[in-house]
Amino acid sequence: MEQRYVLLENVQKVFDTRSGRFVALRDVNLAVRQGEFVSIIGHSGCGKSTLLNLISGLTESSGGVLVCAGREIAGPGPDRSVVFQNHSLLPWMTCFENVYLAVERVFKSQEAKADLQRRTHEALELVGLVHAAHKYPHEISGGMKQRVGIARALSMQPKVLLLDEPLGALDALTRAHLQDEILRIVAATGCTTIMVTHDVDEAVLLSDRIVMMTNGPAATIGQILDIDLPRPRQRLELLQDPRYLCLRGEVLRFLYERQDRAA
Amino acid sequence: MAVVKLKAKVEMSKHVDAHAAPAVEAGAAAAVQKNLPLLPRYAPQLLAALRYVVPPALGLVLFVLLWAQISTLSGLPGPVKTWDSAQQVFGNPFYQNGPNDQGIGWNVLHSLARVAIGFGLAALIGIPFGFMIGRFTFLNRMSAPIISLLRPVSPLAWLPIGLYVFKEAQPAAIWVIFISSIWPMIINTAVGVTRVPQDYLNVARVLRLNEWKVFSKILFPAVLPYMLTGVRLSIGVAWLVIVAAEMLTGGVGLGFWVWDEWNNLNVEHIIIAIFVVGIVGLLLEQALVLVAKRFEYQG
Ligand SMILES: Nc1ncnc2c1ncn2[C@@H]1O[C@H](COP(=O)(O)OP(=O)(O)OP(=O)(O)O)[C@@H](O)[C@H]1O
Ligand SMILES: [Mg+2]
Repeated sequence: MEQRYVLLENVQKVFDTRSGRFVALRDVNLAVRQGEFVSIIGHSGCGKSTLLNLISGLTESSGGVLVCAGREIAGPGPDRSVVFQNHSLLPWMTCFENVYLAVERVFKSQEAKADLQRRTHEALELVGLVHAAHKYPHEISGGMKQRVGIARALSMQPKVLLLDEPLGALDALTRAHLQDEILRIVAATGCTTIMVTHDVDEAVLLSDRIVMMTNGPAATIGQILDIDLPRPRQRLELLQDPRYLCLRGEVLRFLYERQDRAA
Repeated sequence: MAVVKLKAKVEMSKHVDAHAAPAVEAGAAAAVQKNLPLLPRYAPQLLAALRYVVPPALGLVLFVLLWAQISTLSGLPGPVKTWDSAQQVFGNPFYQNGPNDQGIGWNVLHSLARVAIGFGLAALIGIPFGFMIGRFTFLNRMSAPIISLLRPVSPLAWLPIGLYVFKEAQPAAIWVIFISSIWPMIINTAVGVTRVPQDYLNVARVLRLNEWKVFSKILFPAVLPYMLTGVRLSIGVAWLVIVAAEMLTGGVGLGFWVWDEWNNLNVEHIIIAIFVVGIVGLLLEQALVLVAKRFEYQG
């Protein structure tokens, strides 16, 4: 296990806006272990998405070093797959085709068509959506769309899985259900995962560590909390676990005492 | 409300003789009830359909009446005279008496052929060009001044250029169609490309799709609705322009026909031509609306 699989050193991001330079992030230092699950939490607008987009390579950093699996991050690539907040499925393709597009891109050079189809099928199976494979995105529910997005991201067998508030737009029940599913999938695949969220319970339930960000502008990492709860974790059992309540309290205290601000 | 009431009435009429309606029912409801035995069970749907049929029909009737009135005042041929003449014209649409005297069917087909060639060439060049200026900002900025300069030029101003270059009427007319119908396709396609949601392009970037895949899997399907709007506008312009162009260039075609009948002072035929132009234009437009519906996706 590599200790510094994803490495950020003195990362900085400045936007050139119409009203001048806007420093969104400064002095971000973070090292993520291989196979680790890290959540990024913070108030709205502090720069969580910006940070994730820097790791995915969709935005370019203005300073500092970003490394993934020993190579400097220069632009996006299928080794760091992203689950977008608004699913971003292509509406003119079925769920199967949406996943297949990704599978094809990554494995086409080594595998036959039948293998590519099997991979696509397996990815949909992982999120329990084989029955909806031939439906179009507008024919399925929001939760199902998000699961297809996750299937697409996982189907590429990425080194790092990046999730930007993947469950943010869902109702509480669907959300809890998908959290359990993510917990199961991550345990099964052992994928290194970085997830942005604004849900404290979600962060504590899923993460090995929680990265808490200060408010912008010029946001940075305020505190990193180790979540040493044993796995596999059960949502209902955790509710009675005093350690869980204590960790949850700590995140809440950070957000509402030290970084309190109307978003 | 009225529909609901009516439904209740239909239920009632099963049990009670509708003609012996209780006197308590007030004005409108009673009137509806009187008709009840005539109306089948899908009376509500029928009424809804009537609501769509009656106003247009009324409009047409009023139009014909107005036309008849104007014709008595101005000496233009009225609806009846035109109708008689139309029966002759359409009775033998494909006759051929030499190059300058052919049936209406030939004239329509010749005009359509010119539009098809001119418009087809415009699509062949305009759509790919639209994609390129939508995708590459440099190209966009480069061509923006030229497009905004040339687009507002009246179509017929291009005719002399065509005549000078091609030395012949037929290609000149096609040239006019080409140059006047290309702009909506270029502009709508380009706008469509710039409106492709960033999310879809981010997917392409994360997957690092090659330019062909980006085009075929993301850009083209996303732009298609915009493109078809451009095509529709273009067809409209092309059909609008062809009559005028043919009036000037001659040859077989609706525009020439109109001009020829003006020289013969056969005003009924001119009115018939106006209807034919309108109806063919409408059909072209509707055909493309259908195509566009077929390719619409739900975001
Ligand atoms: N392209 C951009 N140009 C200029 N400023 C930007 C740009 N993208 C983000 N910002 C600014 O950077 C800051 C951080 O934005 P970001 O989207 O990362 O916030 P966030 O933490 O993800 O918020 P949320 O929880 O609401 O999604 C915001 O103040 C935003 O206005
Ligand atoms: Mg965000």
